[in-house]
Amino acid sequence: MGNKTNGATLEKSRVRTLLEQYGLPRLIITGFLLLLFLMLPFVEGNVPLQLTNIINRFSWNAVLVLAMVPMIHSGCGLNFGLPLGIIAGLLGSTLSIQLGFKGGLSFVMAVVLATPFAVLLGGGYGALLNRIKGGEMMIATYVGFSAISFMCMMWLLLPYTSPTMVWGLSGTGLRPTISLTGFYDQALANILPIQIGKYFKVPTGALLAFVLLAFGMWAFLHTKTGTAMTAVGSNPTFARAAGINIDRMRMLSVILSTWLGAMGILIYQQGFGFIQLYNAPNNMTMPTVAAILIGGASVNKASIPNVIIGTILFQGMVTLTPTVMNSLIHMDMSETIRVIVSQGMILYALTRKTEGGK
Amino acid sequence: MKKNNSVPAGRRLVNLVRSNTVPIMFIVICAVFIPMSGFSPSYLLNEIVTRMGRNLFLVLCLLFPIMAGMGLNFAMTLGAMAAELAIIFTADWQIWGIPGVVLAMILSIPISILLGVMCGTLLNMAKGREMITSYIINFFTTGLYQLVVLYMMGPIIPIIHDSIKLPRGYGIRVTVSLLNMRQCLDDLWAIRIGGVKIPVLTFCLIGLLCLFIVWFRRTKLGQDMRAVGQDMDVARDAGIKVDRTRVLSIVMSTVFAGFGMVIYLQNIGNLPAYTGHSQIGMFCIAALLVGGASVEKATIGNAFLGVILFHLMFIVAPSAGAVITGDSMVGEYFRVFLSYGIITVALIMYEAKKRMVKSRAGQELAQAQKEEEDAQ
Repeated sequence: MGNKTNGATLEKSRVRTLLEQYGLPRLIITGFLLLLFLMLPFVEGNVPLQLTNIINRFSWNAVLVLAMVPMIHSGCGLNFGLPLGIIAGLLGSTLSIQLGFKGGLSFVMAVVLATPFAVLLGGGYGALLNRIKGGEMMIATYVGFSAISFMCMMWLLLPYTSPTMVWGLSGTGLRPTISLTGFYDQALANILPIQIGKYFKVPTGALLAFVLLAFGMWAFLHTKTGTAMTAVGSNPTFARAAGINIDRMRMLSVILSTWLGAMGILIYQQGFGFIQLYNAPNNMTMPTVAAILIGGASVNKASIPNVIIGTILFQGMVTLTPTVMNSLIHMDMSETIRVIVSQGMILYALTRKTEGGK
Repeated sequence: MKKNNSVPAGRRLVNLVRSNTVPIMFIVICAVFIPMSGFSPSYLLNEIVTRMGRNLFLVLCLLFPIMAGMGLNFAMTLGAMAAELAIIFTADWQIWGIPGVVLAMILSIPISILLGVMCGTLLNMAKGREMITSYIINFFTTGLYQLVVLYMMGPIIPIIHDSIKLPRGYGIRVTVSLLNMRQCLDDLWAIRIGGVKIPVLTFCLIGLLCLFIVWFRRTKLGQDMRAVGQDMDVARDAGIKVDRTRVLSIVMSTVFAGFGMVIYLQNIGNLPAYTGHSQIGMFCIAALLVGGASVEKATIGNAFLGVILFHLMFIVAPSAGAVITGDSMVGEYFRVFLSYGIITVALIMYEAKKRMVKSRAGQELAQAQKEEEDAQ
């Protein structure tokens, strides 16, 4: 009898829950970006160049954002310890150059050399996080900071000698910014590039690398181990009852995250064209965390579409805000807006009540 | 249960060392570094006294949230930002000297309360992860602060004098000179003993805050705060308004941080408008932890010892590092590493202990149940 009205209220509540799931801040950001996109043709002549910028920036950052997924899945929260993965990547890239590899081979070698460091650092980091369940995010932040400042000393003290990397005068200590020209600058981006017109260019190789890793991630999450990992994150009690070794799953997810972080920074470097050392990794964490949250992830839920949407939205905002703002009100507020939006997004995610995530 | 005094002396010593690992480690570091750095004792003493006057007030304001069980308040920078806004206004109105300092403190109060209420409310929405949330609130508010100071000051909020504005016509200069306010508080009743300047008035203010904290712990609100800090559910059952108490502790911390920042800035003598507050939070928290405090327990003594040890390390580390490695930058990075490292270790120890207590409680419960079953 009451089936019809029930159905209608069910429909209504479904719309509401959908809206609630999407969240008001996310709605505002998406609306803001759509507005920017719509205004772009009116305020800026060179739309193809802007689009190329967005695609390029997407190809640099997407893998770093992907590195958030495994740890969120296993219930370790947002990976504020991303600098650890980045440090593994930096060790790989500097060692590859130090050992004298050139061109595309130097990228392959950087990947190969970064991997053991990522596994080692990720393993240690995972063991630590297993001891402090519940306080992961705060400790991850400070583990990241400590690792960065420790490596600041190491970049000065380690016996690197390659003249492209060390200070010219003293011959020791790495420079803060190292150019990759002649090494793996654009190594992936220049594989099968698609050039349309004068300005529009698609870095196919870099995008393919992301697609490959993202597909691998997706496939992994659908294997038996991947499902077990998700179970650990969404319901630890159930997972334990099902006989899953929780600590092992968490450890695996942290190693995966760290390795993806290392790959992410290498792909970022090949697009950007420079290796940035010392305090530079500090500036990578917050934008990356914010990106996946903007894409629709929460503290204990994330998927590949979240990564893709989030990176496009965030990088779109980073690229478009300066251009549009500048031509509209002649004030470059983009940096401030970026800080408010990204931190606001993280804050929103943290203050939401999440089941299981404490 | 055995009483404490029946524990053998050796055991007690081990316990003492174990519960004070961090301060002892820092004393050793300082003892090694001081001779290496080659600074004269009078120089070091002078520096330490200056830095105590500059920082102690800020460090003490961290005690309130710890009392309420909310951990280290990384959002104490909100108070610092409120103070910076207040100082910008007083500098613009050209009110200098002691009146300027007092006016800045008064002006900072409403801003601090507003930000504190915001912060406290947000933290109530994120129970169980207050620290990371307060850490993000700090960054978020920095963004809002930038929006106000960099873009709104000039067109929307009237700023009279061009001397503190950026050349482009709006926004505040990166560094605002507070030369006319410089150390006016410190110099007012300063005493010199053997070349060491002691800013008596500043220390009096710090002493007043200490007395306030001691008194506050005994008031109804202070007791409530400690009850909330021990166990929120029990406190709620006892009729304490938990959320309100928590917000109050954050507001108090923010307001006192605002006062502390005014003291800090008048000592420095210029206002780094965009970077001033960002370092404050980390250094104050590191200093408190170095003094032997933990995430759940901190005393006034911890704050004093911490400021002395942390800043001693901070002064001597660069030159000692230069002596050890031949590179002055290494020492620079080393002290940053130590301050981050100390916070990391303290956080890890806190979380590990929390888990241990929890599992022990679980074991005891299981034991009790088993005994009960056996009895039946």
